[in-house]
Amino acid sequence: MSWYNKRLAKSLWVFHVSASPCNNCDIEILDLLTPKYDIERFGIKLVGSIRHADVMLVSGIVNQKIEPRIKRLYSQAPKPIFVVAIGSCMSSQGVFRESYNRCKEVKEVVPVDMWIPGCPPKPEAMIEGVAKLIGVLNE
Amino acid sequence: MTKNRIPLGPFHPLLEEAEYFELQIEGETVVDLDMEIGWMHRGHEYISEQKNFTQSIYLVERICGICSTSHPIACVRAIEDIDNLEIPIRAKYIRSLVGELERIHSHLLWLGLAGHFIGYDTVWMWAWKYRETVLEMMEIISGNRNHYGMMRVGGVGKDVKPKDIPDLLDKLDMIDEKMEMIAKVANDDPVLKARLKGVGVLSHEQAINYCATGPTSRASGVPGDVRRDDPHDAYGMLDFDVITAENGDVYDKLVVRVLEILESSKIIRQCLDKLSEVEGPILNNVEEISPGEGIGRYEAPRGEVFHYIRSDGSNRPVRHKVRAPSYVNIPTYEASCKGISVSDALITLASVDPCYCCTERSLKIRSDSEEKPDLLELSKQKTERIRREYNGN
Repeated sequence: MSWYNKRLAKSLWVFHVSASPCNNCDIEILDLLTPKYDIERFGIKLVGSIRHADVMLVSGIVNQKIEPRIKRLYSQAPKPIFVVAIGSCMSSQGVFRESYNRCKEVKEVVPVDMWIPGCPPKPEAMIEGVAKLIGVLNE
Repeated sequence: MTKNRIPLGPFHPLLEEAEYFELQIEGETVVDLDMEIGWMHRGHEYISEQKNFTQSIYLVERICGICSTSHPIACVRAIEDIDNLEIPIRAKYIRSLVGELERIHSHLLWLGLAGHFIGYDTVWMWAWKYRETVLEMMEIISGNRNHYGMMRVGGVGKDVKPKDIPDLLDKLDMIDEKMEMIAKVANDDPVLKARLKGVGVLSHEQAINYCATGPTSRASGVPGDVRRDDPHDAYGMLDFDVITAENGDVYDKLVVRVLEILESSKIIRQCLDKLSEVEGPILNNVEEISPGEGIGRYEAPRGEVFHYIRSDGSNRPVRHKVRAPSYVNIPTYEASCKGISVSDALITLASVDPCYCCTERSLKIRSDSEEKPDLLELSKQKTERIRREYNGN
């Protein structure tokens, strides 16, 4: 599928799923679109529906109520879709490890392709992650 | 006319958090509204009771990424209230400084999102461009863009270095200039006026009846502000005005927020002036917290945030209760959304600057097949877990 991935890498469309985060990762993701970081220069665009997306950004811990929704979103997405887990909550559950409402790690719910740790990750870190993803797709 | 139902969410293109609204409409008019929350519930109060006091300050920072100074200030005030602790004067100014910087960034964030919601993306891009300057100031002061980690019981964690103050003042000048421009734009722009004037009106009586707080109530002419009514930290020593407006529509909420940014910048200037004069420590050594209970209030960008902490003399809170401002502001939808057209519904829903991460302190999970709520199951699991802890395995 390398020919397909190369075409995909020219303009990745991103859909953002907030799986019970503290909002900060989401704000930093939106921040990437605004003039200072301007991630549209890589052809990246935030879309409103998972059916249009090539990349699914997930942030937060996965709680009991939102877990079936994430599964459903993933099943609705056109394949191939790349799942990027943003924030420390995704990679290690962060401060919410002892929460009674946390149910599963995200990798048990959907297959994750990339982790970007940080609480929240700096926009520069997210841009680096995205650049690496584009690099891998171009191989 | 037949009634129709429009579901919004939980993953809607315009909502950055997961929440679910159901609008009942007749023709194009919204006649009723229902909402379901609980998508963001993480059980902070329970986790906080497992941590010690210092750790719980870092935890409440992560209740919400936007109010990540309001919750810690309310939390440390609650802990200090147990023993009536005083904090050093320099720490008072730094607390107010960080709190006001956060207010500017939160209001600019709302302004940008409001522009995005009415399809006016220029406002979004510009407001967020100037918001970056505030985050840079935060980075100079605390080292972090978002979760600042500044608050400690008995003071603050980091000092404002005298050599940084000229740089901070320069950046503040730039924000002031741009905010005056935005205030002028709000006054002149025909699009903003046409879309926002007379939309989603919350009258004076309704604001009082729903106990609305923050800019939501101040836009309806209810001049409540914890900073003035219950002066704490440096607010008693500073000179500022409480901004109010009269009509209670979305436009007035926007104007109140824009003018509050200018007020905040006035407060920051006074704090920086004082910080270059006042010398002294920034942190008192607090060795133990005696048994008792304490409350802490703070005027967050969205309204009054309230923390209650009970201590039994050990190093961790026995009970920690949080009430976020959106908890009282969200029910005002019932008054403001009924009777408006569907196209205005979203900006009205956004106008109180709701923060669901802050609000979702409890949840109820209903399964489709049976009526029995899962909450009972959660409660049983908690009891089981506590029992296991006490038995030591």
